[in-house]
Amino acid sequence: MKTVTLPVAYVPLVDAAPLIVASELGFAREEGIALELIAAPSWSSVRDMLAFGRVDAAHMLSPIPVAMALGLGGVTQPLSAVSILSVNGNVIGVSRALETRLRAAGYAFDFSDPIMAAKALAAVTDRPLVFGVPFPFSMHVELLNYWLEQTDLARIGFEVRTVPPPLMAQALAEGDVDAFCVGEPWGSVAVESQAGALLLPGSAIWAFAPEKVLAVRTDWAETEPHLLGKLMRAVWRAGRWLCAPDSRTSAAEILAHKSYLDLPSEVIDRALTGQFVISGQADQRQVPGFVEFHNGSANFPWRSQAKWIAHRLANRYGLEPGAARAAAAQVFRSDIYRTQMLATGADFPGASEKVEGTIRETTAVASQKGQLSLFKDAFFDGQIFDPHKF
Amino acid sequence: MTIIVVEEDRDRAIAIVDALQVSGNYDVHVIGNVSGLARRIAALVPDVVLIDIDNPTRDMLEELTLASGPLDRPVAMFVSGAAGGLARDAVEAGLSAYVVDGLKPERLKPVLDAAIARFQMMRKMRRELAETRRALEERKVIDRAKGLLMKARGIEEEEAYALLRKAAMDQGRRVADVAEALVTASGLLL
Repeated sequence: MKTVTLPVAYVPLVDAAPLIVASELGFAREEGIALELIAAPSWSSVRDMLAFGRVDAAHMLSPIPVAMALGLGGVTQPLSAVSILSVNGNVIGVSRALETRLRAAGYAFDFSDPIMAAKALAAVTDRPLVFGVPFPFSMHVELLNYWLEQTDLARIGFEVRTVPPPLMAQALAEGDVDAFCVGEPWGSVAVESQAGALLLPGSAIWAFAPEKVLAVRTDWAETEPHLLGKLMRAVWRAGRWLCAPDSRTSAAEILAHKSYLDLPSEVIDRALTGQFVISGQADQRQVPGFVEFHNGSANFPWRSQAKWIAHRLANRYGLEPGAARAAAAQVFRSDIYRTQMLATGADFPGASEKVEGTIRETTAVASQKGQLSLFKDAFFDGQIFDPHKF
Repeated sequence: MTIIVVEEDRDRAIAIVDALQVSGNYDVHVIGNVSGLARRIAALVPDVVLIDIDNPTRDMLEELTLASGPLDRPVAMFVSGAAGGLARDAVEAGLSAYVVDGLKPERLKPVLDAAIARFQMMRKMRRELAETRRALEERKVIDRAKGLLMKARGIEEEEAYALLRKAAMDQGRRVADVAEALVTASGLLL
């Protein structure tokens, strides 16, 4: 069988693991494809490479294709998010200066309670705090805004500013930013380089936030359904392998390699095991399900997730929310996912939308084959997002 | 027309500016230091911003494209439609351009053509330099590995190289990789 090589762009992060593993451990080869993985220095570069045809698929922040469908950000090539590569996986942290003030005020750094964390932050600052994020269209921005907009910190004011993660430690040290929200390994890198301390995992704000998607050009998905299916299945099997506890050590070693993340595997291990070192004083905290690559129907692109993102973006950028939600629903392709993943024997949810934020415990739901477990997807404030109730 | 070039490397910045000056009469500014990038760009009110696609600070410029961004005029990455082919050429050359919406394609084209040509040349030079450097480093490592083998086994250079090549073939690895492993391992044994 002739092997077709697919160029795929990614940003070197822990959650690029499904693509890297699909390539390294032969899941792609089993499908008769080879992945030419191209590491990108920035998210705009990933988006441009995909939009202008340099690559056929990409590891992408889930809000990017949604923002493009809403006409935000300059490039408007229609993209499809055909599956979710990872759920959760971000951390929020503070500079050393802020850490010192928080500790002096008696804050315990519990790494779990967003309400207490916001209170503690508001108590130690009298000027607006600046938060660094990797990209204007990112779950990082959405989580920060969702978390802070109802708190005392919003009354004092806060600013969200784009700082490429490799420059975050320097920005913290120079006081350009006071805090940050980044994907692993950058949070642990900040701790290791003594630039800051970790405050919260992203999952403390939204327990099941779609973080990265597998994105393709919509016209490519239509003209190359066969190749797309091969790619989706290879990546899905890589995700399934990644979620087995036995795989973690090998996964960390593969990601650590200099052609991928080029970091000590011990630092990468923290995200995969959920066992974090949160400060220079070596405090350890455990976060079950810190990043999810497979279980709980993690890979299923719920249209309601896209609508939540669009709803938030529309309100922030002054767009009409109803039209934005409708446009976004077309971006998360649960239809393609169902068709292409049949061959894997994977089970799918019966519905393509859910009321986001209602699941408080792992819950069995109706599915194609019987019953499927969905994981907790609650927001920290107990609110729900019903995509049909507007 | 006001053009900003974001480039830290002084020589490369000069090369781009020269290429632009030849193609037309433009007001060209270079920003080398990236701190406060978006705000500094906004202060110059440019029509076009040119930046290397591989520059990690590019994500900071994305804020320019937002309605609430520091430039009060809307900015797009390339004008749509007429410049479609140009956009692809630029991405392939490793160039991104942020363009104020409404700028006429016939005014933009000479700017991008000049920049694209310059970027293609620089990219080629950079790639060649990187390849030459890598080849040199690999040869150095292979020479060291050969030396180690000759000393440890009391063999001639040719035989040492044959040994490396055979090990590489048996393990399905590159000779340079086997040599590097040998050099690293022997460093630990000393």
